[in-house]
Amino acid sequence: MIGASLGVAAYERAPEISGILAGARPVEDTRQARQSAKADAMLALSGIGISFGGVKALSDIDLEVKGGEIRAVIGPNGAGKSSLINIISGLYHADHGRIAIDGQSFSQVPASRLARLGVARTFQNLALFGGLSVRDNVASGRVYTRRASFVEHIANLPRARREDAGIAEKVDQTIAFLHLEAVADRLVASLPYGLQKRVELARALVAEPKILLLDEPMAGMTATEKAEMAGFVRAARDQHGVTIILIEHDIGVVMGLSDRVAVLDYGRKIADGTPAEVRTDPAVIRAYIGTADGEDI
Amino acid sequence: MAVQALDAARVPIDWQRLALPAVLVVVAYGLIPAYASSYLVEAILLPFLALSLAAVGLNLLTGYCGQLSLGSSAFMAVGAFAAYNFNLRVDGLPLAATMILAGISAAGIGVVFGLPSLRLRGFYLAVSTLAAQFFVQWALTKFGWFSNYNPSGVISAPHLIVAGFPLDGATGRYLLSVTTVIVLTALVWRLVNSATGRNFIAVRDNETAARVIGVPVLRTKLLAFAISSFIIGVAGVLWAFTYLRTVEPAGFNLDRSFQILFIIIIGGLASMRGAFLGAAFIVVFPLVLSRLGAFLFGGLFDSGVLDMSQRIVLGALIIIFLIAEPSGLSALFDRLKRRIGSRSS
Amino acid sequence: MSYYDFLFAIEVLVGGLLSGVMYSLVAIGFVLIYKTSGVLNFAQGSMVLFAALTFVSLVERGIPFALSLLITFAVMVALGFTIERIVLRPLVNRSPMTLFMATLGLSYIIEGAAQLMWGTQVHGLDLGIDDTPFEVGGILISSFDLLAAGIAAAMVAGLSAFFYWTRIGLAFRAVADDQFAALAVGLRLPRIWGTVWTAAGFVALVAGLLWGARLGVQFSLSLIVLKALPVLVLGGFDSILGAIVGGLIIGASEKLAEVYLGPFVGGGIEGWFAYALALVVLLVRPSGLFGQKTVERV
Repeated sequence: MIGASLGVAAYERAPEISGILAGARPVEDTRQARQSAKADAMLALSGIGISFGGVKALSDIDLEVKGGEIRAVIGPNGAGKSSLINIISGLYHADHGRIAIDGQSFSQVPASRLARLGVARTFQNLALFGGLSVRDNVASGRVYTRRASFVEHIANLPRARREDAGIAEKVDQTIAFLHLEAVADRLVASLPYGLQKRVELARALVAEPKILLLDEPMAGMTATEKAEMAGFVRAARDQHGVTIILIEHDIGVVMGLSDRVAVLDYGRKIADGTPAEVRTDPAVIRAYIGTADGEDI
Repeated sequence: MAVQALDAARVPIDWQRLALPAVLVVVAYGLIPAYASSYLVEAILLPFLALSLAAVGLNLLTGYCGQLSLGSSAFMAVGAFAAYNFNLRVDGLPLAATMILAGISAAGIGVVFGLPSLRLRGFYLAVSTLAAQFFVQWALTKFGWFSNYNPSGVISAPHLIVAGFPLDGATGRYLLSVTTVIVLTALVWRLVNSATGRNFIAVRDNETAARVIGVPVLRTKLLAFAISSFIIGVAGVLWAFTYLRTVEPAGFNLDRSFQILFIIIIGGLASMRGAFLGAAFIVVFPLVLSRLGAFLFGGLFDSGVLDMSQRIVLGALIIIFLIAEPSGLSALFDRLKRRIGSRSS
Repeated sequence: MSYYDFLFAIEVLVGGLLSGVMYSLVAIGFVLIYKTSGVLNFAQGSMVLFAALTFVSLVERGIPFALSLLITFAVMVALGFTIERIVLRPLVNRSPMTLFMATLGLSYIIEGAAQLMWGTQVHGLDLGIDDTPFEVGGILISSFDLLAAGIAAAMVAGLSAFFYWTRIGLAFRAVADDQFAALAVGLRLPRIWGTVWTAAGFVALVAGLLWGARLGVQFSLSLIVLKALPVLVLGGFDSILGAIVGGLIIGASEKLAEVYLGPFVGGGIEGWFAYALALVVLLVRPSGLFGQKTVERV
C-alpha cells in the first residue's frame, strides 16, 4: 500500500536521486546513532505537551534529531504535526517540556531569535511576502545578518552597500541552486503554487541554517513537483549538511527521503524508527487504516 | 492589507524614468513660479503639496508597513506647533532646523503612540491611534504654553526666511514647500527601496513569517511610526506655515486624518505616486464638484448641499476604489499609460 | 471624606454607570456585525444619526409616533440589505482592513445622505419621558437615564432571545463561530448578513432615539461612534457582554475622572480619557476583557 504511493513512484523516477532510496542506508548505522543520541543531538524535544481550549494537541512527545539527518514526522490530519513544528519555531508555547537546539535548552523558543539560533522553516500554508519579488523574498531570509541602520540604507553608506552585495551573492547562489532564475524578478504572488513553495524553501535555505523545519513542503503538489522538491531537500542536506525535520502527509515521499521517521497519532508518538521499521509497525498501520483520509497514503 | 502594488522603482532604470523627474523639476521650478496665478498657488498647489507629503508619510506606515492609523492629523498638529514654538523660543534658528526639529518632535510623539502596535494588531491598533488624535488636540487646546498664551488660540505663522531671502510671498512659500516635498519624497523613495523598506513590506504581508526569519518586527514597526510621523509632522509645518499662515489645533481634527487616509486609498496604497495623485484628487475634486453643482442646479446647490454631496461622492468613491481598483489611481494611471503606449506603437 | 462627599461620589458613579449604558447601546450594534462578518462597522454611528433623523423628520411631518417608528425600521431594514448587496458582497474575502475602510466610506455616504434629505438643522426629539431627577437615599438619579438603561436591558434580552431560540439566530451563531463551516453546511451568508445589518440598524434606531432625545437630533449624533470604540476595545470586539461591561466601566470611570482628575489637568478630558483607559487595559489583555483570543494558524 505504501509502496504504491504516487509520491514514491515519482521519486524513484527522478534520475538524479534514483540511487538513494528508502532503506538503502544500513539500519545498524542509525541504531548506533540513536544510542549516542542525547549527546550529539542537533535538536531534542523532551516531554513536550500542548493543549488548545482543553483539547490535547500533543502529549509528552520526545524526539531527537541528529546533525545532518533528515527526520520525518508523519501522522494523519490533526495528529499534532504542525503544532510540533510551531513549538520548535517558538510560535506556540508548549505547556510543558523542553526544547534543546544545538545544545541550548529552552522551555519557550524565542521566535524572534530563531534565525540567529540557526533554525529556518517553511510554512504549511504559504507565508511569503506577496508584495515583494522572488529575489527580495529570498533576500529577506538573510535579514537576520544585517546590521546597517535605515540611515545607512538611505544614504547608501559603505556598510549598507557591502551587506547588500554580500546578500545578493548568496541570493543568486540559492536561486541558482533551486532553479528559480527565470522567475527571480517576478512578483512572488504571481507565481504558481508549486514555485511559491520552492521560493519559500529558498528563503529558508539562504539563511544557511543548521536546522531546517519543513511543514508539508510537498502538500498540494503534482507528482513531478514532489519529486523535484524531494531532490532539492536531499541536495540541501547532502551539499550543506543541514539537519532537516520534515513534516509530511504523503508517506511515500517520506519513506524515500528520510533517515528516520516518527509517527504521531492523536498527539502521541506511536512509532519512531527507520522507514523500514515504521512501515511494518502494527500501530502505524492501524492508525493509518483507521483514518478517514487513508486513501492519501 | 493585501496590497501587492510594487513600486515602479524596482524595474531597471531606463531613460524614460529619468525623463519624468526632469520634466517635473522644470515644471516645478521653471514654469509654475513663472506663470502660475496666485490663486492656483494659494488655493491649489500649497494645500496639494502639504497633503501629498502627509500622504507620503501615512503611506509609509499604512501602505508599506500595514499599520492602519486614524490619527495622522495629530502628528501634523505636533509638527506645526513644535515648529511654531522652536521658532518662537530659539533665537535665530534657521527655518530648515526648525522644520527638522518639528519633524523629530512629531516622530517622538509618533513612537509613543506607536508603542501599542507592539502588542496590538488590526482594529485594536487603529482605535488606539484615535487616542493620539484626541489627546494631542486636547493638550494643544488646553495648555496655553503651546500657543504662547494667545487668547484666541489661533496664532500667526512666523516670517519665512531661508538664507536671508524672505519667502513670505505666494511664490516664495510655494518654492519652500515644493523643495521640502521633493527632498523628503526622494529620501522616502530611497527608504522604501532599501532593505528597511522591504522589512516594512514583510511585516505587512506576513508578520509571523517576518518574525521567524529574523526581521526585527517590533523595531520595524516603531521605525515606521517614527519616520511616518516625522514626515507627517513636516507636512503639518507646511500646512500651517505656507498654506494657512496660521496655527490652530482645530484645523488638525479627525476629518483631516480621514482625509489623508482617503488620499492614500484613492491614490493607491504602497505607491509613492499614489500619494500625489490622491492628494491632487482630494484638493481639486471639491472645486470641480462645486462648479459642476452650480452649473447643473444653479442656486439650489448652496454650500450645505455642496458639503453633503461632497461627503456622499467621496464615500462612494472610497467604496468603488476598494471594490474595483484596490491599487488606486496609481494603477489606473499605469493602465492608461500602457493603453496609450500600445496604441502609439 | 465626609458623608456628603461620599454621597456625591456615589451619585457621580451612578450617573456614570447610567450614561455607560448609553455607550453600550451603540457598542452592541458594532458587536453584532463584527461577530458575524469580522467587520468593524465604522458606519454604525452614522446609522444612529440616519435612524434618528429619519424618525424625527417623519414625526415632524405629522405622521403618528408608532407609524413613524415602523417606517423608520423598514428603512433601516432596506438600508441593511442594500449595504450587504452593494458594499459587502463585492468585498467578500477581502482583508478586514479593507472592509473597515469601506465602512468608513459608507459612514460618509450615510451621513451625507441623511442630512441632504432631512437638512442639517438640530431637531428636538421628545419621547414623552419625564427627565426630572428623583432621589434615592440622598442620591439624585435621572429618571430618563434609568429608563434608557431599562430599554437597553430589554433590548439585550430581546436580541439574546432572538439569537438563541430562532432558526436565524442559530445560523447567526454558526456563522459567528466559523464562516467557512457555515458556508459548507449550506447557510446562506448574504441573508444572514443582511439580517444582522438589520439587527444593527434596529439597535441604531433605539440608540438614536435615546441619544437624540438627550442631545437633540443633529450631526454630532454620528460622533457617538467615537464613544463606542473605546468601549469595544475595552470589552472586546466580539462580545456583547463585553460591550455592556465595557460601557459601564467607561461611563463610570469617565465621569469619576472628569470630577476628580479633571480639575488637576484643566478639564475636558472626557474626549480622550476613555481611549487612555482602553489602551491600558489592552496592554494587559490585547483582545479586551471578554474578546476571544485567537490562536494563530500557521
